[in-house]
Amino acid sequence: MTTDRPGHPGWEVVVGLEVHCELSTETKLFCSCPNAFGAEPNTNVCPVCLGLPGSLPVLNARAVEFAVRIGVALGSRVEASIFHRKNYFYPDMPKDYQISQYDEPINVGGCVELADGSRIGIVRAHIEEDTGKTTHVGGGGRIHDADYALVDYNRAGVPLVEIVSAPDIRSADQARSYVNELRAILIATGASDGRMEEGSLRIDANISVRPAGSDEYGTRCEVKNLNSLRSLGRAVDYEAVRQIEVLAAGGTVVQETRHWNEEEGRTSSLRSKEEAFDYRYFAEPDLVPLAPSEAEIDAVTADLGPLPAARRHRLGELVGTDGSPIPVDQLATVVGLGLDDLVLGAVGHGADPRLALARAANEAANRPAEARSLDPVAFAELITLEAAGQLSATQSKAVLAAMLEGGGEPRQIAARLGFEALGDAELEAAIDAALAAHPAEWARFKGGDAKVAQFLLGEVMRATRGRANGKVVAASLEARRS
Amino acid sequence: MSGSTWERPLDAVRTARAVRSGEMRARDVVSAALARIAAHEGALHCFNTVTTDDAVAAAERIDAVVAAGKDPGPLAGVPIALKDNLCTRGIVTTAGSRILEGWVPPYDATVVRSVAAAGAVVVGKTNLDEFAMGSSTENSAFGPTHNPWDPNRVPGGSSGGSAAAVAAGFVPIALGSDTGGSIRQPASLCGVVGVKPTYGLVSRYGLIAFASSLDQIGPFAVTVADAATLLDVVAGHDPADSTSLDVRPEPLTKLLDEGVEGLRVGVISDFLVDASPSVAAAVHDAAEALAGAGAIVEEVAVPSLMLGLSAYYLVAPAEASSNLARYDGVRYGLRVDGPDVEQMNARTRSAGFGPEVKRRIMLGTYVLSAGYYDAYYGQAQRVRTLVARGFAEAYTRFDVLVGPTSPTVAFEIGAKTQDPLAMYLSDLYTIPTNLAGHPALSVPFALSEGLPVGVQVLAPSLGEGRMFRVAAVLERGADPAARGPIEPRLAGVPR
Repeated sequence: MTTDRPGHPGWEVVVGLEVHCELSTETKLFCSCPNAFGAEPNTNVCPVCLGLPGSLPVLNARAVEFAVRIGVALGSRVEASIFHRKNYFYPDMPKDYQISQYDEPINVGGCVELADGSRIGIVRAHIEEDTGKTTHVGGGGRIHDADYALVDYNRAGVPLVEIVSAPDIRSADQARSYVNELRAILIATGASDGRMEEGSLRIDANISVRPAGSDEYGTRCEVKNLNSLRSLGRAVDYEAVRQIEVLAAGGTVVQETRHWNEEEGRTSSLRSKEEAFDYRYFAEPDLVPLAPSEAEIDAVTADLGPLPAARRHRLGELVGTDGSPIPVDQLATVVGLGLDDLVLGAVGHGADPRLALARAANEAANRPAEARSLDPVAFAELITLEAAGQLSATQSKAVLAAMLEGGGEPRQIAARLGFEALGDAELEAAIDAALAAHPAEWARFKGGDAKVAQFLLGEVMRATRGRANGKVVAASLEARRS
Repeated sequence: MSGSTWERPLDAVRTARAVRSGEMRARDVVSAALARIAAHEGALHCFNTVTTDDAVAAAERIDAVVAAGKDPGPLAGVPIALKDNLCTRGIVTTAGSRILEGWVPPYDATVVRSVAAAGAVVVGKTNLDEFAMGSSTENSAFGPTHNPWDPNRVPGGSSGGSAAAVAAGFVPIALGSDTGGSIRQPASLCGVVGVKPTYGLVSRYGLIAFASSLDQIGPFAVTVADAATLLDVVAGHDPADSTSLDVRPEPLTKLLDEGVEGLRVGVISDFLVDASPSVAAAVHDAAEALAGAGAIVEEVAVPSLMLGLSAYYLVAPAEASSNLARYDGVRYGLRVDGPDVEQMNARTRSAGFGPEVKRRIMLGTYVLSAGYYDAYYGQAQRVRTLVARGFAEAYTRFDVLVGPTSPTVAFEIGAKTQDPLAMYLSDLYTIPTNLAGHPALSVPFALSEGLPVGVQVLAPSLGEGRMFRVAAVLERGADPAARGPIEPRLAGVPR
């Protein structure tokens, strides 16, 4: 079975994602223990997050503020809500119930607009507490062969917002794009550091397939343990193929929870629908209802900077004025890396928008941290030098690399690198020399062989050690042909 | 009994006054309490733990404070007993269960800090029905507590140890918890004052939860004034309990002499139908005493209150099934090993919980299950609303309500252990108050066949002031012989 097929002809994959986002609060959701990753096991614990008898939860106001920010950013309705207990036994859950939100969550509805313009609906985004972490020791780390298990409760009670998407996702690629976009939104709200490798974002995927053109949903499987975009994409493709093969063979997909094994690249059954927990939800009596006021929601809304989609739109408008297609990938990269302010600043100082965007998306993107602190005026100057032909593309990239390395004025750097602008006479002389050295190619070019132009251009560039502007050379060659 | 050297101990208010003035030493007060405990505890089993050394050390600190010219607080040197479901830092806290046997909390309940800050001296942790589930203290994993009035009888429950410790004169005051009557019913059966405050008036932080939406900590005392003093000390907002009310009530001790002139008192007629004749008679006498003191007394029917019991036995077990899930053998308390974690959980819980706790966990799990939730838990919540509405309607016409606390006087040990439903009916008149979140208290009023009968005073939320005014009048009108403390009777010796 292959898992890297680009599509599944005749079938449509339907995916809904549950993304668990750890909130970057100072303290845990219901106590004042530090919310920190990487501490010695069981050091960030207290009677409350250990669920000791008699302890009671007190809601972290900052976590609520973050949840409201997320709701506003997702375009959700922020509503009065209550907490429920989700009851099931698990050793890393200190109270053997999780305080979560059930039928009255804080954020209802909303949507995420992806870089390609498609929109994924949001069903809800609710607050809940994280569990501890179990490590199985012995037996190669497998649960069933383990000699014993160790539990670290440092993570128990860390605040989460679980964002549940509508089943609007139709491919592994789109699933990845959605999570990428959601991650950017969460980072933009300040609610999350977005570090998937530290478990700050964790994904469960509900996956089903149906014949192309059908508007009924197939039976879904919930796949757990997706801790990277790569795992997500592979799991969606694997599950799609698995389910299609089951159906194509005349079988039926069984509704169940499946576990993604990254090493083996496959999912396996964790528990069937019959074995599913009955969570026995009921309203948490130790907490009072939560009702953010209009004023609080307005304050959050006002405080929220522009979100990725809005930033892409703004940048897109800037480069789209010439009518040619908008480079959506470059917009996504620049906004994703937070380089849009650099581009916007440079354009404000007269830089060509498309060229500024391209340099930001391709070259500056290699060193995003340095690029974010680049002086937009200097960047604008560089782009203008290149656009005016005073620096070739190659030279411009070299100067930009030097600016990212140690800062400085582009003219000075160009001079230091020996990139004095080539005089017109010098350039014409270089072209004359190149054509004279390659008469056969020159003849073929004049005869209409466009393919040889690149060779001649290369010769000129070589002769000028890259100082010539390729566009100017091309124009000159064209002019000489007629 | 003739020839006895037993002396009626001083109440808390007088004790504190004497200690604060230097007239008495806390050390002597506490030593006397420990001596009384030593003499009779063997026959009664009020305590799961007696904290002799800690108590003496704490008393000496109080004396040092007085000697330094400072005020140790309104309960200076007063011995106090704590129900063993209140967490005490460094002192074993069992909730009456094998599953927590030997567990030492790393923190104090908020009320424990409050009483210590007021100068009270903890002398021990009192016996209770396991996880406060019961009405006789017979469900304790550590054996029953005996009623000081008749050791063949139960003290009531679940706070039976606290009630009996006050009734036996071990301590003038104690703390208990009341989820469906667990303070008031044993107070009634032991001839002491017992108060269930408004839900949220006293912090629950550090109270081992039974049913979180119903649980409330409250005082036991020999006198109404002592109960008011202790409630004043433990009442107030606690940021560690989200359900704690953000109110600063007027001190109750200042209201006790205000009388009941013009107060509208409703006698709940529904509660008199099935009460034993002597209990009903006590309520009638209490009503007359109030009328005699100038109250306007009328009978009132509040039929929805009679629905409370069945709703309670769905709501409380449902919450309990969740609250008690954490006793799984993983982190603390008992662990019985098994081949895998599920088996370990199951074996630990099978061995650690007693039959009544298991019954309620199973019942609670069932009523919350998918497909049954609406029919049971959802319906119970609707009934709870009806009970609250019944009270609300009655309180448009009355300032307080009175009725019996318990349908009967103290019953014999073993009389109801084989019939859970009969046992549950002990709380028929106390449960509606918990469902509504209101305050109520039981004050000893009459004697029936040598056993005390308490009268219950009920008030709307935060109506503690008028409730205590009524209690003070009833205390003055009560049969003095019905009030503890009394010298504990020996088992097998008829009165």
